Amino acid sequence: MQSDQQHHVDYAGLAIGVGLLLLAAIIGFDTANLELSPTYGVGPKAMPIIVGSGLALLALANRVLAWRGGFPQRETFDAAALLLILGGLAALIGIIMLGGGFIPAIAVLFATTSAAFGRRAFITDLVIGLVLGFVVYLLFSKLLSLGLPTGPLERLM
Amino acid sequence: MDTFLALMNGMAIAVQPHNLLFALIGVMLGTAVGVLPGIGPALTVALLLPVTYKLDPGGSLIMFAGIYYGGMYGGSTTAILINTPGESASMATALEGNKMAKAGRGGPALATAAIGSFVAGTFATIGLAFLAPWLVDIALKFGPEDYFALMCVAFVTVSATFGASPVRGLTSLFIGLALGLVGIDKLTGQARLTFGIPELLDGIEITTLAVGLFAIGEALYVAARRHLEEDKVEAIRGSLWMTAQDWKRSWAPWLRGTLFGFPIGALPAGGAEIPTFLSYSVEKRLTKHPEEFGRGAIEGVAGPEAANNASAAGTLVPLLTLGLPTSATAAMMLAGFQQYGFNPGPLLFAEKPELVWGLIASLFIANTMLLVLNLPLVGLWVRLLSIPRPWLYGGILVFAVTGTIAAKPSAVELTMLGAFGLLGFLMRRFDYPIAPVVVGLILGPIAEAQLRRALQISLGDPMVLVESPMSATLLAIAFVALVAPYALKGLRKMGATED
Repeated sequence: MQSDQQHHVDYAGLAIGVGLLLLAAIIGFDTANLELSPTYGVGPKAMPIIVGSGLALLALANRVLAWRGGFPQRETFDAAALLLILGGLAALIGIIMLGGGFIPAIAVLFATTSAAFGRRAFITDLVIGLVLGFVVYLLFSKLLSLGLPTGPLERLM
Repeated sequence: MDTFLALMNGMAIAVQPHNLLFALIGVMLGTAVGVLPGIGPALTVALLLPVTYKLDPGGSLIMFAGIYYGGMYGGSTTAILINTPGESASMATALEGNKMAKAGRGGPALATAAIGSFVAGTFATIGLAFLAPWLVDIALKFGPEDYFALMCVAFVTVSATFGASPVRGLTSLFIGLALGLVGIDKLTGQARLTFGIPELLDGIEITTLAVGLFAIGEALYVAARRHLEEDKVEAIRGSLWMTAQDWKRSWAPWLRGTLFGFPIGALPAGGAEIPTFLSYSVEKRLTKHPEEFGRGAIEGVAGPEAANNASAAGTLVPLLTLGLPTSATAAMMLAGFQQYGFNPGPLLFAEKPELVWGLIASLFIANTMLLVLNLPLVGLWVRLLSIPRPWLYGGILVFAVTGTIAAKPSAVELTMLGAFGLLGFLMRRFDYPIAPVVVGLILGPIAEAQLRRALQISLGDPMVLVESPMSATLLAIAFVALVAPYALKGLRKMGATED
């Protein structure tokens, strides 16, 4: 008898249902603002309506899943590692947008990711990242002729 | 006979030096990423897409196919030597192969995996070459409603039928479909879900989604649970060569594995897990040495490995003939075709025979290269496993963002990359499959276009979807595939209460 298993409410699971419902609502609002097209058949609204309704239904189904304890037991996780990588990514975006150039941005991302995986040698990794960024920059801009963002460092080359 | 001729023409293209070089780069890269934990062939193709769009299309596609085949080889090496299968299709191999490695028979385990993969890959590629023209003939008669119905089948089978939980698979698929809505509607020019952000007008880049989900999502996931487990690499002890006894025990599982893998891969069903596990359980039943199963039986490596490779070749059938990707890697290869303005499908066989047949012929070459290169070089591949994890993942992230920066250097694109990474992390944590998201993003807009075209021709009459016999049959299959898991579960429950 499976229904006798203890019910513990999985709040994270419930949040997934809410998130999906939110996504469905966004699609609904966006579709409501589209103009009707004069073409035969179905216009640009049909697919969003199908997808939105599907998501709403799935939100419900996921809620049921959460109530039944259908999600796997989660292990503890290292939030600091997560923040280090995402922080490195944010720093990369910041450096590139502020004109700092590709190579320093890559160095920071490399060093923070490495730190997230447990290395305690930030400065060394920053230097390795600089070298890696330099090599990748040369490879992309010179060999593959793909443009990468430039900063003071890149303009020296 | 025509097929044979076309294949010979393809071979003439595939042996051109620059195509051979691309195939070689492909299989080397594929093997390397297959060996490395955390990056699979889908991600590698995704990372290479922005880098290769200025290169020769034929050569790049040959390279992607080489990566696909190579990834399968490399995955088995990791499964055997460190019991952490890179992809779920290598799980069966890890069961027996790792036990063999621990017992000092890692060499024969690697050898039977490699030779079995070669045998299966060769037979399955022959199957592909002969099945493809036949399917192309059928597909040429397809109307838009039939294509739409076919995509419904693919949607259901990729997400619902074979996953652990249909609700989770469908949720992944619909997230992908929702992402596919973003951008300008091609028929009416109206912007959907762009929220006034100009970067979103072109829609969401497939590579941004794939790299975010696979590379960044995986890195976040591994980093966040790094404290939980430690990998241990088994050294390869003993001879690499198989004994006469090993050969005798391997050849039949190779062929049976191929027979499981190819048809299941060729159906728009996706996933190599089913055939590998089928093959494993069949070999377990047929073996003369049942006492060895669970302790390192060579049949348990030979069969599933063959099934794995045969199904990889099988997924190329719907991809090339119908434009239907049924696995994450196939989805990325479709994106590769699209990047050069090609749409895989029956018309591509007519318009660009040299491209398609060159690609198919190069699969034979890639397969042979893998056999010749991999066994002698296995020590080199294993050394890749000793790259410290912090640097390995640091490098993966650097290449992940570099591809995006080179393709679309904007803060919006990079933020999306991070957001998709977080999504990938959450999906892994809550056990949602990743591939349906990518398939949904790629196939969603195509399915919508076919549906609207069908309804335009019928002047808005939805009955057109069930009036074409082909479309009606396919929709029925999709429906059955959707409810079958529930019906089976219900039956099992009923059976259980009767006991």
